[in-house]
This record gives sequence, structure tokens and C-alpha cells, in this order.
Amino acid sequence: MRSPIAALRAPRSTPAPAGPRPFVTPEGVDLRLAAAAYADRLSAFVLDALIIVGVLIGFTILAFVAAWGFRNVTIGADGAFIIWLLGAFLLRNGYFIAFEVGPHAATPGKRLVGLRVIARDGGRLTADAVVARNVMRELEIFLPASFLLARGQGVDAELIGLGGVVWSGVFVLFPLFNRDRLRLGDVAAGTMVVKAPKVTLPPELVAERAVDDLVFSEAQVDAYGIKELQVLEQVLRRGDRRTMADVARRIRVKIAWDGPTDIPDRSFLSAYYAALRARLEARALFGHRRQDKFDRP
Amino acid sequence: MAELQLKSARFRAEREAEWRRLESLLAKGQAGAGRLRPDELLEMPLLYRQALSSLSVARSISLDRGLVQYLESLCARAYFFVYGPRTRALERLTRFFARDWPQAVRSLWRETLAGGLIGAVAGASAYVLVRQDPDWFYGLVPGALASGRDPAASTAFLRQTLYGGGHGAHQGLDLLATFLFTHNAQLALFAFALGFALCLPTAGLLAYNGATLGAFVALFAARGLGFQAVGWLMIHGVTELFAVTLAGSAGLSVGWAVCFPGERSRLDAAVQAGRRGALVMIGVVVMLFAAALLEGFARQLVQADLGRYAIAAASGLAWAAYFYWPRRSRPA
Repeated sequence: MRSPIAALRAPRSTPAPAGPRPFVTPEGVDLRLAAAAYADRLSAFVLDALIIVGVLIGFTILAFVAAWGFRNVTIGADGAFIIWLLGAFLLRNGYFIAFEVGPHAATPGKRLVGLRVIARDGGRLTADAVVARNVMRELEIFLPASFLLARGQGVDAELIGLGGVVWSGVFVLFPLFNRDRLRLGDVAAGTMVVKAPKVTLPPELVAERAVDDLVFSEAQVDAYGIKELQVLEQVLRRGDRRTMADVARRIRVKIAWDGPTDIPDRSFLSAYYAALRARLEARALFGHRRQDKFDRP
Repeated sequence: MAELQLKSARFRAEREAEWRRLESLLAKGQAGAGRLRPDELLEMPLLYRQALSSLSVARSISLDRGLVQYLESLCARAYFFVYGPRTRALERLTRFFARDWPQAVRSLWRETLAGGLIGAVAGASAYVLVRQDPDWFYGLVPGALASGRDPAASTAFLRQTLYGGGHGAHQGLDLLATFLFTHNAQLALFAFALGFALCLPTAGLLAYNGATLGAFVALFAARGLGFQAVGWLMIHGVTELFAVTLAGSAGLSVGWAVCFPGERSRLDAAVQAGRRGALVMIGVVVMLFAAALLEGFARQLVQADLGRYAIAAASGLAWAAYFYWPRRSRPA
């Protein structure tokens, strides 16, 4: 849903619409949190909606089982009716609020996708803000939904249904038209949803050098910049055999490698990675960060 | 050890234990802050600041992107833990009912007055219109809400709706309560949520609500049942109308902030008003719940008009005293 619109917007000098935004902690360090992508938020919402509907269905089944136990069908029907009216209302309003006030500041759907709610100004996320942003959801999504469900007859009902679709269309697409992907409720409550994935510490690549005696000349380690170094890092971490062979071949050609040719690709690559990183980090310490291979060495 | 020639690798080897420690404490704390021992709690901010400093250093000296990404994620998680929401649910709840909610409601007195006036004027106009020409009733009250109580109904039927519910309609009772609870709660939510659109939809909803009531009262008054109908409505209506008016006033305050933000930016003004409004709204849902209970149960149990009026007056006084009784303002 997001990609065609993002593609349309791309030519118009908006650099990375969902990229990191400055988020400075009171200690003065920028955490560079990235606003959650629209697709992520949508899938988180769908997950939450599925959970809510699942719970309601579970309770309905319980009600009917109880009714069957009491040999009284009307209890089951009444129970189901109450569950879908009162239960749906309480659950959909309580669910989001209860989970977002909690220590994860995210509903189960958001946690699965790796998102959380923060206060836009960097302060504490207050319970009031969480309530405000979720009350607005009622307006953005459940109001038009109830228009569609409560179909009457006649032209008026059709018109109201159409109005509901247009209405929800406006608010559902609203996050696409601002940089931080704010929903109307986020605007009102002063919150935003950011990516907060749990990243594990990857092993140090420099430590795994199997072949210590590979020596690269200065010209050879000056062939690339930081961007290429980090691509190489990704290749090594992923560890795909074919990619590594391909990359090793290209690097050998680029740096005009004339050393031993019988070293495995992985060893060659990690040796070159270590040499390149040592070179670039040393240069960076002296104030020259070479962004990529086109940058002056 | 050849790899330790690299400053960034040495840096990582030295600090890694701290990061791991912070990670394990975070995992423990996020499962429930109560699980951390006091000394671990004291350790947390220290480790957090060390991680932040590690992040700054890593950004300047290390070109290992995996490391920087890990530290960014770790610092963000620790930041949210250290600066996260800290109030306990129960504590927050008592503070809400003892102080925050009445305070927020009091601060909206102008909007409440305006919202009440809109409803009252609409109700009075609808009353006059329907008294003059009963056909207006059909224009003002949707058929589903009227459910047969319209000018074509017989006086006996109308009287029976006021005092009905006696003939074993117990299952209908709770259905009614739940239905009305959600219906009114939704009306109140929309009155609040639509306020940002320059107050107009909120004013419209309040007027519509008032007009419906006015039309109903007029219908019953035309058959000489006015006094009884008001009792039937007001036993819960005092609470319910108050709640809807408060919701409307919260919506009006947001709309007003959007129209006239003053020194602040329009967005900031809307956010501030929205927060206060949300506070009022949680309470409004509680009030609507009370109203639904009164409507579903008290109205069926109390069949005497005077009893209904007494309950109406008592609930009105109770709410007014709760919100507006002058109290000493304690420091926050």
C-alpha cells in the first residue's frame, strides 16, 4: 500500500520519508529513532483487530456452551448479543489503552511488528496521551465501520455508507501525508509510533581472521570507502556462499590482487574487511571520513 | 592478538560486558519492574548512561554498523525504561478520580455552559415545533430510536412505555442497558472527537441530542403525560445529558484551540486541549455507565414519578457537588 505512493513522492526532494528523525535524550545523545512505516502500522493494527475479534468469538462460544449447559438457548443468544455490543466496545477501547500504558508501550500487534509509542517531545509517555490517541481511533476507523454495518434502506443509507468510506479513506491515508507517519490520534495526543526492534549484538568480524599473513598495500585498502565497507560487513554477516564468491572475485579484480590465490573466499573477505576497516577508522580518527569509493582517499 | 590493534574492536571488547548486563536487566525489568532488586534498579541508570556514552563513542570511532545498530536499539530500549511511564495503575486511578478529573471538568466550565445552552435551545425549539405541528417529530427523531413512540401512537401505548418493563421483561432489561450504554458512549465520543473540526460537528451533535429530547417531551406533553415523561427521562437523563454535554464541551475546547490558538502554534494548542479533553472523556464513559445502570435498572424498579424525580435531583446534586464544590488545591 505504501510503495506506490512512496515511489510517486520520491522524485520530489523528500529525503527518506520514514527515515530517522532527531530524538535527543536529556543526556544529549541523538537516538535517531525511525518513524514506523505505514505498512508496519497497518499490519500491527490488523494483528490487534484479529486478536480482539478472536477474543470476542471465544467468549461467544463460551456463552453458547454455558447456554447448552443450562438447556436454555436464549441465554446464549442474549449473551452473544451483550458480548458483541458491550464487549466489543470495552475491549477495543480498553485493549489499546491498557497495553500502551504498560511497560512496552505497545499492543501485542505492535510488539510483534517491532513498534512502540513514544511522546513526540521526548518526554514521558503519559496515560492521558495514550487515552487521547486511542479515543481518536474510534473516530477514524470504528465510526465509518459502524456506518457500513448499520445499513438501513434507501438512498440515504447508501449515501451515508459512501460518506463513511470516503471519511475512513481520508483518515486511514492521513499518515501518508506527513513525515512522521502521524495518525490523527497521534497529532491530537502528541505521540508518534517508532520502530523499536530488538537487535542482538552480532559477533565481531575482525576477530575471526583465520589467515593472519595476508597483507594489503596502502593502494589496495584505499580502493573503497565506508559505504562499501558496510556492504561487505553485511555480506559477511549473512554468510551466503555465492554472494561471497561473487564479492571476493570483484574485490580481487578491483584491487588487482596478486597474493596467494588458494585462500577461501570467506577468509579473504574477512582479512580484507579487517584491513579496510583499520584503514578507514584510522583515517576517521584523523578527521577524514571517506563516505564511499568516489570520495577522495 | 592482531585484532586488538583496531581501536574499535578493543573498545567493544572492553565495554561488551556492560551492555550485556544492561540487556539482561532490561529483559527482567520489562517483564515487570517489580522483579528488579533495589541494587539492580540503582544500577540501571548508570548502565544506561554508560551505554549512551558507548553509543557516542561507537558512532565516532567504529565503522561496524552492526555494533552501532545494536547500541542504538539498546539505548532506545533503556531510554524508554528509564524515562518510561512510571505510575502504578491503582495510584493513577485514585489520583484521577480525586483530583484530575474534577479539575479538568472545572476548567471547561465555559464550554460546558455553551454546550448546555446549545442543547437546551435546541430542545426548547424542538418542543415548540412539535407542539405546534406533530409532523415535525418524524423529522427530528429517527425511527429506530422512536420505536413506535410517535404521534400516531395511542396514549395508552405511550403511558405503557413509561411504566412498562413490569411484565417479565428481564432479559430485555440488560440488553437495553448495554445497547444504550454503547449508543450514548459513541455519541459522546463523536461529540469529543469531531470537535477539532472548528466546533461545528460537536455543536451539531449537541443540538441534535437536545432536539430529540425536546421532541419526545413534546410528544408526551401533548397527551398530558409531560410530567411523567420528564421523570422517566430524567432519572438517568441528568447523568447522561451531563456526560454528553461534558463530552461536547471537551470537543468544543479542542475546536476553540484550533480556531484561536493564541501564542502557541495551532498544533500545540490542539494537543493541549486534546489532552485535557481526553481526561474528561474517560470520566464521561464512567458517567455514561452510571447512567445506563440507572436507566436499565433504577427506572424499572422505581415506578413512582416522585421517586424518579428524587433520584434525578439527587444524582444532579451529587455530580454538581463532585465537580464544582470548591476544594483546596493541593500541589501536584
